[in-house]
Amino acid sequence: MGNLHVDCGGTRYRFASLAAVLAAASPLRSGDVLAGVAAESEAHRIAARWLLADLPLTHFVEHPVVPYEADEVTRLIADTQDHRALGPVAGLTVGAFRDWLLAADGPEICALAPGLTPEIVAAVSKIMRNQDLVSVARKLCVVTGFRDTLGIPGRLSVRLQPNHPTDAPSAIAAATLDGLLLGSGDAVIGINPAGDDLDTAQTLLTMLDEIVHALAIPTQSCVLTHVTNTLELIRRGAPVDLCFQSIAGTEAANRAFGIDLALLREAHEATLALGRGTVGHNVMYFETGQGSCLSSDAHHGVDQQTLECRAYAVARAYDPLLVNSVVGFIGPEYLYDGKQILRAALEDHCCGKLLGLPMGLDICYTNHAEADQDDMDTILTVLGVAGVNFIMGVPGADDIMLGYQSTSFHDALYIRDVLGLRPAPEFEAWLASNGIMDADGRLSGHPSLPGLALKAISALG
Amino acid sequence: MAEPLAPSDLTARLRALTPARVGLARAGTALATTPMLAFQLAHAAARDAVHAALSDGFAAEIAGRPTAAVRSRAPDRETYLRRPDLGRRLAAESRAALETCRGEVALVIADGLSASGIAEHGVALAEAIIGRLAVRSFAPVTIARQARVALGDDIGEALGASIVIVLIGERPGLSAADGIGAYITLHPRIGRIDAERNCVSNIRPGGLPLDRAADQIAALTNAAFVLGETGVRLKLTSDQLHDSDNRGRP
Repeated sequence: MGNLHVDCGGTRYRFASLAAVLAAASPLRSGDVLAGVAAESEAHRIAARWLLADLPLTHFVEHPVVPYEADEVTRLIADTQDHRALGPVAGLTVGAFRDWLLAADGPEICALAPGLTPEIVAAVSKIMRNQDLVSVARKLCVVTGFRDTLGIPGRLSVRLQPNHPTDAPSAIAAATLDGLLLGSGDAVIGINPAGDDLDTAQTLLTMLDEIVHALAIPTQSCVLTHVTNTLELIRRGAPVDLCFQSIAGTEAANRAFGIDLALLREAHEATLALGRGTVGHNVMYFETGQGSCLSSDAHHGVDQQTLECRAYAVARAYDPLLVNSVVGFIGPEYLYDGKQILRAALEDHCCGKLLGLPMGLDICYTNHAEADQDDMDTILTVLGVAGVNFIMGVPGADDIMLGYQSTSFHDALYIRDVLGLRPAPEFEAWLASNGIMDADGRLSGHPSLPGLALKAISALG
Repeated sequence: MAEPLAPSDLTARLRALTPARVGLARAGTALATTPMLAFQLAHAAARDAVHAALSDGFAAEIAGRPTAAVRSRAPDRETYLRRPDLGRRLAAESRAALETCRGEVALVIADGLSASGIAEHGVALAEAIIGRLAVRSFAPVTIARQARVALGDDIGEALGASIVIVLIGERPGLSAADGIGAYITLHPRIGRIDAERNCVSNIRPGGLPLDRAADQIAALTNAAFVLGETGVRLKLTSDQLHDSDNRGRP
């Protein structure tokens, strides 16, 4: 498709493909360097942005970065795009589209979602500053529901993450109660199991279901196991609220996860058929993260942020309750330090919302990344301003099973407090009726849970 | 409504049930100073472990025989963290030096993502393994710096070894910064994939004790020669293998 070049500062920069332009235009991150697709110099990077800004949006539809014939994610994107939805922006360039996004109101932008492709969204995000990613995302509201309603403006929800290295039910129950008493758990109570055996998953699901029903908590539970395990758990009659799966932006990377689109469709239909939601019927919980395609050697020479957006195209085909970018988990070879993790978090949140997804972020880091809790405070604060749907709540921010640091129940209290954000409405009412929070959203300090909770705690102790 | 439960009673009950950081004291909505600093101390230990280096003369001799010091192609820690591919290949001079040695079993002691655990009990673990496999011929034990697991493939290939055992510092968590992982690969050569290895993880005094780990590693090594392969098809019974998950692999 040749002839992609730009003259910039007296130098002519040539690019072999659209993917090469997108990759070179991306803000610096270690994963693109590792993949050998990053800009060769700072000037090269900005030249790529100039070129990108002048490309019409239609160019991205006509030139898929991964071939249509070779990849079912490309086919999903192309075959389901609603060209008419692009309406007011169909004739724009990427640069003009950025300007339009900054000036438009939320409902106008949200109406575009079925017409937008991951590559268009990735392209515009590469010429957006961090503040652009905040101010555009802040205008977008994506509401989903199961037993409570998530994503309403002015609300911030929390996935309660009570993991334990040997999946000990009493330890997981203790961490769950700790989180509930601190106002967390409205997005989901979700366990990453240490092992992948079905009996343990069923035991944990049953325990969470008993807690949710005994305490009449308007929330949902999930054991984050492979989709094939969840399908088997459904066949066994286990109390499955949500179906979880990690997904990526190419067919080959999804195959490395042991999935394809047909399997996800089967899982979506099976979970939906259980009919366990009350206020809504979004039953899928997806996790993503920049770098997953490269780590399975399935990146097709495409930069990691564009591939991440393609994972969102997979997610939106199944009407999810929650999409969580686990942004800092993958390690410093993909996102090196706090600056790169912050940038990726803002991109993932804004791009996911542009594509119509209920985005949450696992604001996190590993011990070999150049990052610490101060970096997480900054990312949390900025994402709170940007209107993130949900974050993680891990006891003391220290996940003792996965061995990384995320946000804590206390961090959730902080961000709700400084930005005046409230839990999901049904969950907020539950917190108030159990004396956990007062009408102003402050912890009461002396919760009086119903008798059942006391009995549960006593039985565990 | 039931009687309110005194917060201190609840905290004690929760803490008795899990090592997670539950029931933390608050100042307003934030963490109180003590739990906040306790977290920072744990993170600092993990960070120091990631950036710790094996001392220059570390383990010049093991079980009465001189060792061979080698380096990966990652020249420093920062490059090592950004470029796992460089940590999987021997520097040219290291490869050339090893090609003059021979042995059936290649035992590698590697810094990985935490040199602390290796510095503390890497040598003791190596000697325990050598003691259990005394009938086999060992190449000189290799001390590898800026190393990833797959560096063992390059080392084993250079030594002409039939099997390589890599003892490597695991990525530190907040609760433990001194874990060692052991990776066993039959017929090592560049390009082996993770599914072709067996792993024994979380080896440390507070995790899988050294003696038990050495038993498992020796059993896996002997079983690998019998089966003719390592990897997903090589399994020990559950009491032989306390913990085969790969979590924390560098």
